[in-house]
Amino acid sequence: MFMSPGKFTQYLKISLLILISVITIGCTQDEHEWNGKNITGVMPDLEFELVNTDSKPVTAEDFAGQVRLMFFGFTSCPDICPATLSYLQKAIKQMPEELQEDVTVLFVSVDPDRDTPEKMQQYTGFFGDNIAGLVAEEKPLRELAKRYRTTFGYGKPDSSGHYDVSHSNAIYVFDTEGKVRLLLRSELTSEQVTEDLTALAASG
Amino acid sequence: MDWPSYFLPYDFSPLTVIAYVAVLALYVIALARLPSVEKPGVLRISAFLIGLGLCYAVMQTRFDYYSQYMFFVHRGQHLILHHLGPILIAVSNPLPVFRYWHSRSPDGLLSLLAPLGYVYRFLQQPAIAAFLFVGLIYFWLWPAMHFDAMLSRDLYWVMNWSMLLDGLLFWWLMLDPRSPAAKVALGYGKRILILALVAVPQIILGAYIVFARGAVYDVYEVCGRAWPIAPETDQLLGGLLTWIPPAMMSILGMFLILRRLMNQDKKPQPNHNPQHSSLAN
Repeated sequence: MFMSPGKFTQYLKISLLILISVITIGCTQDEHEWNGKNITGVMPDLEFELVNTDSKPVTAEDFAGQVRLMFFGFTSCPDICPATLSYLQKAIKQMPEELQEDVTVLFVSVDPDRDTPEKMQQYTGFFGDNIAGLVAEEKPLRELAKRYRTTFGYGKPDSSGHYDVSHSNAIYVFDTEGKVRLLLRSELTSEQVTEDLTALAASG
Repeated sequence: MDWPSYFLPYDFSPLTVIAYVAVLALYVIALARLPSVEKPGVLRISAFLIGLGLCYAVMQTRFDYYSQYMFFVHRGQHLILHHLGPILIAVSNPLPVFRYWHSRSPDGLLSLLAPLGYVYRFLQQPAIAAFLFVGLIYFWLWPAMHFDAMLSRDLYWVMNWSMLLDGLLFWWLMLDPRSPAAKVALGYGKRILILALVAVPQIILGAYIVFARGAVYDVYEVCGRAWPIAPETDQLLGGLLTWIPPAMMSILGMFLILRRLMNQDKKPQPNHNPQHSSLAN
């Protein structure tokens, strides 16, 4: 059943050769040094059909030419969402002035029962003009979330009808062509995010 | 959500469905045509079907959704793909089915599949099999790797399939019903030693996850969880599932081997009698 030592050594050599080749190819790829996680090619390009705060349907094409930062959240969120939107605004304001207008934050609500377009308008307006509040029914939201390998869930409502919502805390960054580029996580400083956004906006 | 939806795939993979249907069809056809002396008993058939069904269920039903967005469910998924499912398939002793299809395969097909035989024999070297078995668990649970695997759909499928295939190879090596006296199977002592050795790193990893103070796998924060649950609770449950059941499966495997060894001592078998499995004894 077991192979001879000679054959075994031969197989081991071939396996090592393949491993070294794979590592070498991986190391020689020319990549920009991003602070965020580079997810180029890992996920599909930006594509959605949602409703904006004027209750009009919008697609990714409506924001073409912009560096787009997509974030899933909800307006009743006590911590992650307001903190993230403030943090992104800070990072964008630190960018060179001429590039700031090339960045749009897409804030997608995962709480369609409570987040109406009007409520989203009020909420996003508080943080800045460059935030697009987007809503949809649960089904298309689930499809969009699945496309970007994220999800959301609802806790049981308390006596006052309030319920918790679990959602992603990641920010998906798409370049001016709508190609997925980076995943920003909360441990990055706003300066690091500024660096990445500036590099992306400048190259676009 | 309506209940039939729970049985539908969350992320439909035609290749996965085709693979499972093909295995099931090959098994059932062979079963119907095998001579009665070689036909496995109800217990063995049930073990095979339950093993196969469990592996399919965690890959192509709503269970897969929860596995993608809850760490502890993910650990449950790998417990089935890497341990429980393959154990059931191995103890069902599908050798008569293999022999049936081998005898009916054209020579051309057999020579085409010959390279697979080399790969199989290479992977079934005891040291390599044990290293792969533990190595894959550590590889996919390496936080950076785990992050990428949960984020990339392709890598996620590679992870699950690699766990299943490795589980099948490993548990087949451990529970191969053929007697080591026939020189085709690994000695019982070596099998028990390997099972003891592979349990230790799994226990260490599980304990590390259970007692870790911070979040080890932050990808579940990044991607969101299927329902609101404290991240520490999710990690604790996942760590326990990595720690305790796999160690128990090693012990179960040892008992099965010891039982076979004792039965063999009681009634010496001829050199080659592959029909007898642990369940058939």
